[in-house]
Amino acid sequence: MTSLETAQKLKEKFGDLISEPTEFRGEISVKVADAEQIVAVCEFCKKQLGYDYLVDVSSLDNYGDDPRWTVVYELRNLQNANEIRLKTDVSEEKSELPSVIGVWRTVNWHEREIYDMMGIRFRGHPDLRRILMWEGYPYFPLRKDFPLAGKPSDIPGVAFSKTAPQEGGPFVTIPSTSSATSREPRVRVPEN
Amino acid sequence: MPTQSEIGYDSKIEGDVVVTTVDAALNWFRANSVWPMPMGLACCAIELMAVGASRFDISRFGSEVMRFSPRQADCMIVAGTVTYKMAGAVKRVWDQMAEPKWCIAMGACASTGGMYRSYAVLQGVDQIIPVDVYVSGCPPRPEAVLDALMKIQSKIKTQPILKDLTALHLQKKVAA
Repeated sequence: MTSLETAQKLKEKFGDLISEPTEFRGEISVKVADAEQIVAVCEFCKKQLGYDYLVDVSSLDNYGDDPRWTVVYELRNLQNANEIRLKTDVSEEKSELPSVIGVWRTVNWHEREIYDMMGIRFRGHPDLRRILMWEGYPYFPLRKDFPLAGKPSDIPGVAFSKTAPQEGGPFVTIPSTSSATSREPRVRVPEN
Repeated sequence: MPTQSEIGYDSKIEGDVVVTTVDAALNWFRANSVWPMPMGLACCAIELMAVGASRFDISRFGSEVMRFSPRQADCMIVAGTVTYKMAGAVKRVWDQMAEPKWCIAMGACASTGGMYRSYAVLQGVDQIIPVDVYVSGCPPRPEAVLDALMKIQSKIKTQPILKDLTALHLQKKVAA
């Protein structure tokens, strides 16, 4: 069974909930229309289709678009080395979706990291605390509207933070196939 | 204030007697057994291990006794990126070290935050503790760390101990 067949199986089972599969460089992604159904889809993938390994969970900030968040699950079947990617959108007002901790226990720290960096909550997570920043840090630093230099904060007895000097930066590379000189990091201030 | 060690000893001239000042003798003891507190926080810590290993051999300078207890250490070598989350722990370990104590900021990150101009990284460990010697490099060569240690040693050798104590004692007497 290939990844494409997995996508078809998901579509047979869940119908309109699952989008048509998209392929990029040999990798198959499907979109799950309703984030509330993510547990059922993941459980089916693991129990029926053999996706016993959750490689990673990540999140995107589509700043300016609605819905703002996209949560991405990378699944792998260790028996036949198939991989499939599940994506689901979450609105900014809600910023919450069910935890898949009942399916893969490994998701515990992944979901904590997303909560810490992006501020998306996972309902049913047994221990949804910050994992990288300290408890009480008031911001979600990987959001697009959070400045690279950071913001000052102070939790007495725990930690403080200050704004970092940018010295004319941020220094940003440009992805392209042209020469190294034109790609190298230079001062590129965002337009907005 | 002496600028270098005042111990000069020639057994042919002086026989079995060594003449020096108490300050110079105490400083000589201190300078040649600086026990480091290896505050290894990132890749610089790997280079710090090389300083302690056979090829570079920090024991040539009397500093081979890496102490993981701050109570027994004289010189904190901050080797690596100090995040804001770690900053409190670094400060606390520094506060637990007994006087006299010295500090080396090893590498770009510990000195200035280095390439991490970001929300998570303290922009130089000197914002929370006093630094005696900054070592440039990313990471610095082991020789550079040894050079910093030698700078610490020459600094120790210029620090008055007894003179300060005597002055303090006199002050108290005058006050009483």
